[in-house]
Amino acid sequence: MSWSAWAPLAVLASSLVPGLVIFALPESKRRTRTALNLGGALLKLGLILAILWGVSEGQTYGVRLPFLPGLDLALRIGPLSLLFLVLSAGLWLVTTIYAVGYLEGSPHRRRFFGFFSLCVTATVGVAMADNLLTFVIFYELLSLATYPLVVHRGTEVARRAGQIYLAYTILGGALLLLGTVWLYTIAGTLDFTPRGFLERLPESQHPALVGIFVLLIAGLGVKAALVPFHGWLPQAMVAPAPVSALLHAVAVVKAGAFGIVVVVYDVFGVEFAASLGVTTPLAVLASVTIIYGSLRALFQDDLKRRLAFSTVSQVSYIALGVAVAGPIAAIGGVVHLVHQGLMKITLFFCAGNLAETLGIHKVSEMNGVGRRMPWTMAAFTVGALGMIGVPPIAGFVSKWYLGLGALEANQPWVILVLAGSSLLNAAYFLPILHAAWFREPPKSWPEEQRFGSAETGWMLLLPPLVTAALALGVGLFASMPFTPLEWARLIAELEFYPR
Amino acid sequence: MASAVSALGWGVALILLPLTGAVLAFVLRPLATRVGVGTALATTLATGGLALALVETGSGRYPIGGWEAPLGIALAADGLSLLMLAMTAAVGLAVSLYVPGYFRDKPRASADFWPLWLFLWAGLNGLYLSADLFNLYVTLELIGLAAVALAALAGSADALAGAMRYLLVSLVGSLFYLLGVALLYHAYGSLDIAILAEQVAASPPVWAALGLITAGLLLKTALFPLHFWLPPAHASAAAPVSALLSALVVKGSFYLLLRLWLTLFGAEAGGLGTLLGLLGAGAVLWGSLQALRQTRLKLLIAYSTVAQLGYLFLAFPLATGLAWGAAVYLALAHALAKAAMFLAAGNILMFGGHDRIADLDRVAQRLPLSVAAFALAGVSIMGLPPSGGFVGKWLLLQEAIAQGAWGWAAVLVLGGLLAAAYVFRVIGYAFTQAEVPQEPHAVPATLGWIAFLLALGAVLLGLVAPQPLALLGIGAPLGEIGTAP
Repeated sequence: MSWSAWAPLAVLASSLVPGLVIFALPESKRRTRTALNLGGALLKLGLILAILWGVSEGQTYGVRLPFLPGLDLALRIGPLSLLFLVLSAGLWLVTTIYAVGYLEGSPHRRRFFGFFSLCVTATVGVAMADNLLTFVIFYELLSLATYPLVVHRGTEVARRAGQIYLAYTILGGALLLLGTVWLYTIAGTLDFTPRGFLERLPESQHPALVGIFVLLIAGLGVKAALVPFHGWLPQAMVAPAPVSALLHAVAVVKAGAFGIVVVVYDVFGVEFAASLGVTTPLAVLASVTIIYGSLRALFQDDLKRRLAFSTVSQVSYIALGVAVAGPIAAIGGVVHLVHQGLMKITLFFCAGNLAETLGIHKVSEMNGVGRRMPWTMAAFTVGALGMIGVPPIAGFVSKWYLGLGALEANQPWVILVLAGSSLLNAAYFLPILHAAWFREPPKSWPEEQRFGSAETGWMLLLPPLVTAALALGVGLFASMPFTPLEWARLIAELEFYPR
Repeated sequence: MASAVSALGWGVALILLPLTGAVLAFVLRPLATRVGVGTALATTLATGGLALALVETGSGRYPIGGWEAPLGIALAADGLSLLMLAMTAAVGLAVSLYVPGYFRDKPRASADFWPLWLFLWAGLNGLYLSADLFNLYVTLELIGLAAVALAALAGSADALAGAMRYLLVSLVGSLFYLLGVALLYHAYGSLDIAILAEQVAASPPVWAALGLITAGLLLKTALFPLHFWLPPAHASAAAPVSALLSALVVKGSFYLLLRLWLTLFGAEAGGLGTLLGLLGAGAVLWGSLQALRQTRLKLLIAYSTVAQLGYLFLAFPLATGLAWGAAVYLALAHALAKAAMFLAAGNILMFGGHDRIADLDRVAQRLPLSVAAFALAGVSIMGLPPSGGFVGKWLLLQEAIAQGAWGWAAVLVLGGLLAAAYVFRVIGYAFTQAEVPQEPHAVPATLGWIAFLLALGAVLLGLVAPQPLALLGIGAPLGEIGTAP
């Protein structure tokens, strides 16, 4: 096998192997474990950047291994998968640094980091899948690998949250499996194809295809937290902060959203899906989710729960952009895959810092916290303003393209959804910022820990600063080469304007 | 020709080796463990030898002593028998290596175990290699009696009561089978399956034989609602025995039913296939719901067996090569996964002195390997990828949907969800934290590893599907396993 075949396998192995070794290491080998974690994360990022360079030079990367008679385990790295790969590998690196700092001294770190690595392995597998079977396999693997992280704290509340998480994801997986097998019996192939592979089927199959679309989107919607499948996400907040970051920005929710993009673009083909009449209901569902999530976020006092409902709302921008079925909205939706990840992970890191350093878990406890932890709150502010859509932060770029695309696709009602959502975002984020920067701090914090003269440990502070800077950077320099926006443009071009 | 003889040689060895081992282990009680482990290794090697010979020469019939049926007795081997033999060898070897550690403080139980288990192994191998209805009856009885004695081995009141019921069921099942065989012999004057296959035609004696044989074998396979005897017998036995009973013994009677269905009855069965499918669906749902309600780990695993056996019968109404292949694959995956689960439960029981699910806390931290084995086996039982259970479920689902049989598809999906519910009910408790009230007993590391490796096997079975399916094609016992929809 050549390098182009080995590359996808190496990307998988760069986190799978460290994960397995970590399971085998004794709990006390802290340094070795950290070295493995960081080494694996760096190696993976390096590999993916090398592949990125290769792809831009016109190289292709892919491998097929026989899995079932007639069906292969197929991996391929195209532009869309690269977008997701760079995102997850990059954010995994910062999350690993953060997690090492966050879990310092807590028990069961071997188990935690082992499953953490498996999680990322499953995520990059999802990103590289070249047929729906491969996608399903890694998607299910992701559900299983995340469960131990959600219940990591080992409390009764955590166990319950884990059961709820599983109930949702296993049900979603079952729907996805049913849809996939059904599709296979009708189409005879599951290979992802740009602009879809179902157009050639006879018209008599169209009702079945609509049924399959519903099953697939419902299965993916569970992870993407589409209403009414979002119930698990706020529950899963009991998990440690790095896990929340992983769930919300890097892996789980993203895998669902990415899956929706892939099903619409590479299985059905966006134009064929539109002609089946399934994209408008998806757009409506996404819009409902956007508004509903924001409304619920308004009334949460628990900071992480507020952020969780914000995720419910924000991730559906991706589905919305895809479902509007126009090239410009597609750019907005696809680029939001990255933008939301950068902003939301920043917010969760910051929330984790507040909880770890000062014991703050509630919005109502955040008065004046900006003076005690200025750097953390600066990063938080960038993330929050970005979510609202203030230029030049990343979120603005997404919303701009979504709005423009909706007009171009002649669906002006989407503008209303975007405007309403932005107002609501402002309504639940601005009070936090106001309280943090302009109110008087209390006499003492709920549970303060000292880190010398710094506001908190450097391993906790560095990650949110880096991601906040990136969120700012990808917005500010959106039109430079190799930015997420440029990739999203390339992806939309391939889907809408075949050469 | 030379290689054909060697296939016969391996086949005979597969029956004689465990039989000799059983006699030796019985006679030389102090050396029973050594004899047993040695026999297990030799039998496993012989299975490998037969596999190589069959790959080389294809399927075959081997008249013993050169006497062809109807005068003599023949052994027959094809892909289906080979996979069942391999399954028996894999689980058998693992259990044989597990037993010395498990019974290390109970020399009596250990010495009693070996002759019975090796008799059982000989019976199973004989079953998979026989081409003759009466021989099959003999092996069936040998298996039944050895299994009952093994179930009674634990010696507790529960175990004895369970074993007694098991004995009665086993005898009734064999009797029904024998009656059916007698009817066929009376009608056609032969007991050889191949000869009968050419002659059977729809007629009252054949229908009666079909009904009797199917009923007897269903009873032995514990298909819902004839499963009542299985949970007490399987759950109260010693852990390695539970593993053998759940993983291998019920598969023996399932194999026989499948074999007879494929060769003799398939064309005459009519609506009976649908009935078996319905009972299978009932087993999946009822067994899973019962498993969810259990408070003891071993009972939960035993009810899970009831549910998993149900899947195998969903192939009967679909009745295509792909559906049969899927059922066989599910049987293989279940054997490995269920043996791993019972052995892991045995470790947990040995460690904490109880198997109350709600009090399993801390076990995950003290016996991580055993819990990992349970979890990995659970992945296959749930049918999640990548695992042998997933491959079987995928193929069966594919066939069901291709035939438009949405009811069976729904049962498959629902069964997977229920399985996830009961597996994760256990795993959820493994993460919470509580004090261990009593002094735990140390568990030798090898016991954890054996359970873990079995579970790993069940998972890896999901990554190598093309190879076993190719082996299954030797002699095309299931017809064409077409896969493209």
